[in-house]
Amino acid sequence: MKKKLVVVGNGMAAGHMLEELFDRGNDEYEVTLFGAEPRVNYNRIMLSPVLSGDKTYEEIIIHDDEWYDTHNVKLVKGVKITSVDREAKCVISADGDKTPYDKLIIATGSNPFILPIEGHYLEGVVSYRDLDDVNLMLDASKGKGKAVVIGGGLLGLEAAAGLQEQGMDVTVLHLMPTLMDRQLDSAAAYLLQAEIERRGITVITRANTEKILGEDKVEGVQLDDGTKIEAELVVMAVGIRPNIELAKECGLMINRGILVTDHMQTSDPDILSVGECVEHGSECYGLVAPLYEMAKVIAANLDGDMDAAYKGSVTSTKLKVTGIDLFSIGDFSEDEGREGIILRDAAGGVYKRLVISDNKLVGVVLYGDTQDGNWYSQILKEERDISEMRETLVFGQNFQGGPPLDPTAAVAALPDEAEICGCNGVCKGKIVSTINEKGLTSVDEVKAHTKASASCGTCANLVEQLLSVTLGETYNPDAAKPMCACTTLEHGDVRRLIVAKQLKSIPAVMQELEWSTAWGCAKCRPALNYYLLAEWPGEYVDDNQSRFVNERMHANIQKDGTYSVVPRMWGGVTTAAELRAIADVADKFNIPTVKVTGGQRIDLLGVQKEDLPKVWEDLNSAGMISGHAYAKGLRTVKTCVGKEWCRFGTQDSTGLGIKLEKILWGSWAPAKVKLAVSGCPRNCAEATCKDFGVICVDSGYELHFAGAAGLDIKGTEVLCNVETEDEVVEYCTALIQLYREQGFYLERIYKWAKRVGVEKIQEQIVEDEALRKELARKFYFAQKFLQIDPWREYVEGKDAHEFKPLAPLAEEVV
Amino acid sequence: MAQENNWVEVCKLEDIPQRGSRRVRTGSLQIAIIRTHEDEVFAIEDKCPHLGGFLSEGIVHGSQVTCPLHNLVIELKTGEAVAPDTGCVKRFAIKKENGNILMDLREAAREAA
Ligand code: SRM
Ligand SMILES: Cc1cc2nc3c(=O)[nH]c(=O)nc-3n(C[C@H](O)[C@H](O)[C@H](O)COP(=O)(O)OP(=O)(O)OC[C@H]3O[C@@H](n4cnc5c(N)ncnc54)[C@H](O)[C@@H]3O)c2cc1C
Ligand code: SF4
Ligand code: FES
Repeated sequence: MKKKLVVVGNGMAAGHMLEELFDRGNDEYEVTLFGAEPRVNYNRIMLSPVLSGDKTYEEIIIHDDEWYDTHNVKLVKGVKITSVDREAKCVISADGDKTPYDKLIIATGSNPFILPIEGHYLEGVVSYRDLDDVNLMLDASKGKGKAVVIGGGLLGLEAAAGLQEQGMDVTVLHLMPTLMDRQLDSAAAYLLQAEIERRGITVITRANTEKILGEDKVEGVQLDDGTKIEAELVVMAVGIRPNIELAKECGLMINRGILVTDHMQTSDPDILSVGECVEHGSECYGLVAPLYEMAKVIAANLDGDMDAAYKGSVTSTKLKVTGIDLFSIGDFSEDEGREGIILRDAAGGVYKRLVISDNKLVGVVLYGDTQDGNWYSQILKEERDISEMRETLVFGQNFQGGPPLDPTAAVAALPDEAEICGCNGVCKGKIVSTINEKGLTSVDEVKAHTKASASCGTCANLVEQLLSVTLGETYNPDAAKPMCACTTLEHGDVRRLIVAKQLKSIPAVMQELEWSTAWGCAKCRPALNYYLLAEWPGEYVDDNQSRFVNERMHANIQKDGTYSVVPRMWGGVTTAAELRAIADVADKFNIPTVKVTGGQRIDLLGVQKEDLPKVWEDLNSAGMISGHAYAKGLRTVKTCVGKEWCRFGTQDSTGLGIKLEKILWGSWAPAKVKLAVSGCPRNCAEATCKDFGVICVDSGYELHFAGAAGLDIKGTEVLCNVETEDEVVEYCTALIQLYREQGFYLERIYKWAKRVGVEKIQEQIVEDEALRKELARKFYFAQKFLQIDPWREYVEGKDAHEFKPLAPLAEEVV
Repeated sequence: MAQENNWVEVCKLEDIPQRGSRRVRTGSLQIAIIRTHEDEVFAIEDKCPHLGGFLSEGIVHGSQVTCPLHNLVIELKTGEAVAPDTGCVKRFAIKKENGNILMDLREAAREAA
């Protein structure tokens, strides 16, 4: 006699399990199948095309009546099983019928989650799970009225697109800031939202539905901010819950879902479970792929092959809305040690993001071009080592030749319109033509001329390959980039050797490091002067002749040979007396232009060279010192009004800015250093684009660094949070000292950080307290020799010759 | 007209810093007197062939000076711009006598005219 196999739930998991069983040629079982739905097994995932009208129900049937006949399956349609008598080994239906089993399979799927809010029971509120729901929606859409879909996940968006196709005016409400937040990163979600909206669907994110309005029929919804949205139809697509009612009733072990072993066995060895109702290895699944794997295991086990075991699944998501190609798999959170490869083609609407950890692919988001989704899934699931094809991975399978892989071939094959630098929107054609026209030979040059890789720098590799494709053999990426034509050494080498060989003067460096010129050039001399100054504070004697004119003159040269004078205005705060003194100076020396700078202070432009010391003298006597507007060193510290006045201010941002400026002024650095302190995250002082920035918050201070807003625009990196002003000062001085020691001449903090690594800097400043304190100490030590107002020195007569032209020579009449 | 020279003292050598320069005016002409590290002295018109920058404000290296405005480099021995740039500046004869720097005023005046 055949064993009695009873299956509860005729959904996709059950259907697939039976198919697998019969495919194995097994006919040991007499199968009885109970389905609460009054129909055969159909492809639930194709309900959306039925809703949109692209398909009919008949087209999505998986097993028709004939199939059940052929396989001797007794299908009981429209009957719900309400309990299981495990002693007697039989199932009991809603109307009391008992059916005995030898083996029982519970495949009850899941239930849509209904928000328990006011009005959820009203007519016109539907969930989205089965054909009945679709039919309800299709009926409602005949009036072509307004619909609200609660939930901007996969189901909600499919429902919204379907209803919109049916002519309804649809609004999607999503609780989270971005759509499909569990499957997509924010960039892809942005593209998705733009496309959904382009179709005429309204999307409201961060929308918390408070109640559903209406008497007995739905009339609309109300959000917690009071917004009301009219609707005749409300679709709730806010998630699913494993359907564990039956298992619970008969005392099987459950958690979120029905607990099963790798053999899909419940706590009762004669009862198995499959599908969305199960919980395996603390996971509950909501997609068909894992259910199919489970179904296969059950079928094999039932057939006597106990080797088959279920080991859990990695799921991927695709959105099935015509015209939207979207794929995601794995985990794409930005954890430490993870690296992202991003390819954007703005024109083609393509966004691809691969997340890599330990040379393995761990997450993929594809938008616009999902062709390679499966290939990536494969690589991800197999945990393949991708180091060999890292460079070309993002281009997909077609670009992968047989080994050895040639990344340049992939780049060579890209069309001219392919965007290489997403940040700055530079395409391949532009880079190649600029390389050719301008004879560029390095990534830095390409950066300078096209801005490609000038921002986040993630495309530097691609640029490098384009150089190699374009220049062929002549491109040598490893060529050392010497400081200048006078040496073959790079900046880093020179800095190291200065320390190692205790070189303390420019001639010593040039002699010991075998400079090819006697006295260097305009490139290396200012750099060497700085390196020596930074390395040997108090010992090295500054070489004025190795400084650029502005630093030599302590004023900025203008195109007509006059100078500009910018006094310090601590933290952007001034007084009537200071302003009066500035006004007097302007009058007295006929200074043509008085301008407020972008750095919160005043610039006197068009000062004659010989007047400089006199202008300074007057400013000095009003208590003002040089603003170093010309310096590779501290420029300005911008502040906002902060706590003292502003209704949002959390700390004394102005006072802190002034304090920092007073501590930092006068220090020389590889390049200019700009700071800002904002009193709250509204960030009026623009601290997030500065070399070092502070954002005051209630709990203290958020420290930022490595921002820029000049040639490159770069938002800062967060260094860490601290609680007191003293800590701000300690971290800031330590960071600047580290930069003074490691930076290459003319390399601003953001470039230095990019070169050595943001994390490396954080490690040294944030994690290593001893090092931080030592760096701060060194900074203060150096300041002892540097905080001397250069204007005062000149007023007192230093280098007077600089400002005095020689007596004019009498003109001889010939 | 007689082509006599008229050497006059402009300044002393030590008035010019090593690797530095001073500016001297004669009529409408501005002249940069540049002293190299090796104490050679050159006089050139203080006007960059590019956009007229004051070469007297530039960094002096070897027998060259780099314009402070956009980095054009002038070879003082020839007055020519160093490749890839092009252009040249006027040079004036200089004499050193007992630590004094002399210039031929007549030549300068001719140029200024
Ligand atoms: C005066 C001022 C413009 C103004 O009228 O507002 C100014 C004027 C000059 N800027 Fe600036 N910058 C001024 C604020 C800025 C700002 C705004 C800010 O600091 O908030 C920026 C963008 C922020 C940044 O630096 O990231 C800015 C980005 C630049 C850059 C690009 C730097 C970069 O690394 O990308 C240069 C070029 C350079 O330094 O190589 C530059 C260079 C210059 C120079 C020094 C050009 C030169 O070499 O002669 C100009 C000197 C003019 C003079 O004689 O005074 N200036 N400059 C501002 C002086 C602020 C001050 O009080 O000291
Ligand atoms: C609109 C929509 C689109 C989807 N799109 C995708 C997609 O693109 N990709 C993807 O992978 N997945 C998709 N899914 C999810 C996928 O459909 C489910 O993962 C899959 O159907 C689950 O199969 P199951 O057999 O576990 O549950 P179900 O298919 O839900 O089957 C369970 C069945 O059991 C019946 N039942 C429940 N309790 C009892 C009882 N006590 N007695 C008798 N019968 C009972 C239910 O009526 C139901 O018919 C989509 C789902 C929906 C609703
Ligand atoms: S940053 Fe904040 S505290 Fe400062 S002015 Fe702006 S809003 Fe006010
Ligand atoms: S003016 Fe001298 S380089 Fe431009």
